[in-house]
Amino acid sequence: MSVRDSRWAAVVRTPVGLCAAVLLLVVVVVAVLAPLLWGERASVVDTGAVQQGPSAAHLLGTDTLGRDIFYRVLVATRLSVLLAVTATVIGVLLGLLLGTAPAVLPRRAGRLVTSAVHTAVAFPGLLLALFFAVIFGVGTTGAVLAIGLATAPSFARLTQTLSASVAGKDFVAAARVAGVGRIRMLVRHILPNIAEPLAVNATIGAGTALLAFAGLSFLGLGVQAPDYDWGRLLGEGLNRISLTPAPALAPCLAVVVTGLAFNLFGEAAAAALGVRPLSPRRTEARGLSTQRPGTVVEPDGAESVLAVRNLRVSFPGRDAPVTPVRGVSLTVRPGEAVGVVGESGSGKSLTALAAARLVEPPGEVTADRLEFAGTELLRASDRELGPLLGGRLAMVFQDPMTSFNPVLSVGRQLAEVAEQHRGMSRGAALAAAVDRLREVRVPAPERRAGQYPHEFSGGMRQRAMIGMGLMGGPRLIVADEPTTALDVTVQRRVLRLLADVRAAEGTALLLISHDVTVVAGTCDRILVMYAGRIVEELPAAELFAAARHPYTRALLAAVPDLDTDRARPLPVIPGRPPEPDRLPEGCAFAPRCPRAEDRCRGEDPDLVTDSAGHRLACWNPAPTPVAATSGGAS
Amino acid sequence: MTTSTVEAAAPAAGVPGRRVPRGGRWPAFAARRTVRFAGSLWVLVTAAFLMIHLIPGDPVRAALGMTASPELVRARRAELGLDDPLWQQYLHFLKGLCTGDLGTSTISALPVSQVVGERLPATLELAGLAFVVALAVAIPLGTVMAALTRGGRRRGGELVFTSVSVLLAAVPEFLLSVLLAYVFGVQLGWFPVAGRDGPASYVLPVLALSVGPAAVLARIGRVEMLSVLGADFVRTARAKRLPARLVYVRHALPNALTATLTLGGLLLSALVAGTVLVENVFAWPGLGSTIVQSIQQKDFPVVQGIVLVYGAGVLVINLLVDVLLAVLDPRSTIKEG
Repeated sequence: MSVRDSRWAAVVRTPVGLCAAVLLLVVVVVAVLAPLLWGERASVVDTGAVQQGPSAAHLLGTDTLGRDIFYRVLVATRLSVLLAVTATVIGVLLGLLLGTAPAVLPRRAGRLVTSAVHTAVAFPGLLLALFFAVIFGVGTTGAVLAIGLATAPSFARLTQTLSASVAGKDFVAAARVAGVGRIRMLVRHILPNIAEPLAVNATIGAGTALLAFAGLSFLGLGVQAPDYDWGRLLGEGLNRISLTPAPALAPCLAVVVTGLAFNLFGEAAAAALGVRPLSPRRTEARGLSTQRPGTVVEPDGAESVLAVRNLRVSFPGRDAPVTPVRGVSLTVRPGEAVGVVGESGSGKSLTALAAARLVEPPGEVTADRLEFAGTELLRASDRELGPLLGGRLAMVFQDPMTSFNPVLSVGRQLAEVAEQHRGMSRGAALAAAVDRLREVRVPAPERRAGQYPHEFSGGMRQRAMIGMGLMGGPRLIVADEPTTALDVTVQRRVLRLLADVRAAEGTALLLISHDVTVVAGTCDRILVMYAGRIVEELPAAELFAAARHPYTRALLAAVPDLDTDRARPLPVIPGRPPEPDRLPEGCAFAPRCPRAEDRCRGEDPDLVTDSAGHRLACWNPAPTPVAATSGGAS
Repeated sequence: MTTSTVEAAAPAAGVPGRRVPRGGRWPAFAARRTVRFAGSLWVLVTAAFLMIHLIPGDPVRAALGMTASPELVRARRAELGLDDPLWQQYLHFLKGLCTGDLGTSTISALPVSQVVGERLPATLELAGLAFVVALAVAIPLGTVMAALTRGGRRRGGELVFTSVSVLLAAVPEFLLSVLLAYVFGVQLGWFPVAGRDGPASYVLPVLALSVGPAAVLARIGRVEMLSVLGADFVRTARAKRLPARLVYVRHALPNALTATLTLGGLLLSALVAGTVLVENVFAWPGLGSTIVQSIQQKDFPVVQGIVLVYGAGVLVINLLVDVLLAVLDPRSTIKEG
């Protein structure tokens, strides 16, 4: 019990909750005291002061019988609030009854109740209230019943949803197994667990009922003379709004403020009792002073499709900017396939997005050089970038399901590339799209082009995605984990397709994957990334023989091959990659590295190129397996 | 959702399960939706029929008053067929509905269908205009606000937008009507505060009805748009370097609209209900002012007729929303809803 109390107390601790609670308290106090204190004054008829405007004697003026409107508005608080609360209570009780009935009744009767509730919920509350007002007759009782009954369907719906979610929980299942009866289950297990959300919604419902009641009374269907609530006062005031506004505006204000108090309190309670917004503060990010840009050594004389030097991507962080990509340099030559491997969070996808200029604000991309097909991307205008990146650079993303627009046909999505960047007509572009679909081995391409992405299978969707990339006649395909979301058998087909496309069109490929075998089997050259930096680069053919970075070796060791002793568990890399906002000092891999020395923990190694063009960033590289077996030392 | 077994199969026409061929989706959807519509319509008609019989006491006595002679009451009961067995009355009622006969007003002795026919256009105009205004304001506003505040930009603007829209959505339309009538009708004298006479008389009622829905729609629209803008397929569209206009209008907007329109349908139903109150504030000669008057006069045939019209209106709106959703999002036709 005390736990629940403190949870409700938390509602008052939020500024909105406190505000609403104070308002609500004021309303309740006025509702209780006003009729006692001013009940007499509010009903004193003064035929000498009929329909007066605001004055010192009558703050808001007087009505047609000379009664003081200010006091009438205050006194009306009790009836208005009382009626609203009564109607809500009726609605909640009836809703509970209807909502839990399907769980207790025989199945067919339960279904009937459910569908009746379902139909009733579609009708707006006011229309339902009018309907019931006809049946119950014009007057206070009729209106209370009408509004109560009109709100019942939505509470019934809520009860059904809530109990369905509770009924799925373990303890209910356990109780059911234990043979607890249906009614007992409802009373002992389900109701206590839905009480809190129901109470929150009832509070909001009371606000709505207040407004509805004011509406009915205003229409003359609710409270009848000589009784009066805010709605009636409003109706009376409206008749002479062109003479004096106060008699109409004052009850208006009272209704709005009270309604808002109920609503806000309910909302605040929902927020405080539901999701806890306060998350434990993350420990402070380390400063950026320990990070140094990767040094570029490679003098690339050769022609390249993509040339990146010292690429950095940063995002505003809690205290200081976070930099998930820290000085990446890479080159992709025409027709070459380059692979980037690393665990998730190593910055490889972000590197690809940055290279395609797809990082959005607040992300910030800087580079000494970011050149694609001879154009410096960071300085190019959008007009130049359009045809270049939209046509000559093809992106293939990880999940083809979510990467296609669900509401446009696949053919249309392919065709718009050619329409946009090759100036083709709609018809010609669609024909080209069909051709491309055929090229990527989508069966029955004419028919498939008219279909929507959800009608394609996963592998076919990814092939269509590759086909979409081919629409602009690309020089480079950037494929970001293109096979990760696919079945293993489908993976191979997609990879083969990429290889065939390269062979046929001479397109270069930048393949990003966490899977060393995928990259090794497809690419010419391999870049290994860790914590936003490239730590090793070497030809794919030499990967298993010549990799020297302990991280690369660890990645390779985790891959089983025919010689792997299957009786022993595969080696895994202990620990996890560091978060970009708390990189360790020195080499980022040092905390997980079996070969780490003091120097590794103090100083980040530069990426240096050896005579064979092999790049490596490590103070204490592993001996190559070949060297090790021949007995050589490092 | 999908299986890779279809991978090798060339034509998907024979594939069992959920993958319905393109031509086959619509008939199934239409059939399912028609059945549901018919069912709800039956519930509505029956409820409207039973309404009169659920009134405690004798509705004829209630309508004619305590002073009416027993002979008059008996004669009127016979005239209305209230002495027949219930099932016979029900059949008679259904037959009348099919021929467009909704009964006769007990006050004016006019056919109810004529009363409804005279008053319906005014209400339709009001609700239709208000809905169009709400959509026309809310969708561009929500989209632009999403574009401006994406990625946590312009937090101040976001706060102002959200609080203003929450506040506007919380003020009920009939209270807003009173405020508008006072400020623009009485104080400034720009627009008439009562009646339906010329274009100027539409301004205040339409405004009063559309502000709330517009605020809700704009707020939800912005949130929807923000989540769509973060979707993978928007990244794909940007990767294709389509102009921003196409990315927003062709790729993002239809996806954001589905949820917004579902809500819009609910709001339109609520807006129809709101016309009852707003019509009474502005003395608008529509169904809303008529039904209130008829309830007070206990003119039950008219009340019954108008309840049927309102109810049918709500059902038609729900149907239209579903059809529109199906056009916008082809996936929704295969979902069981």
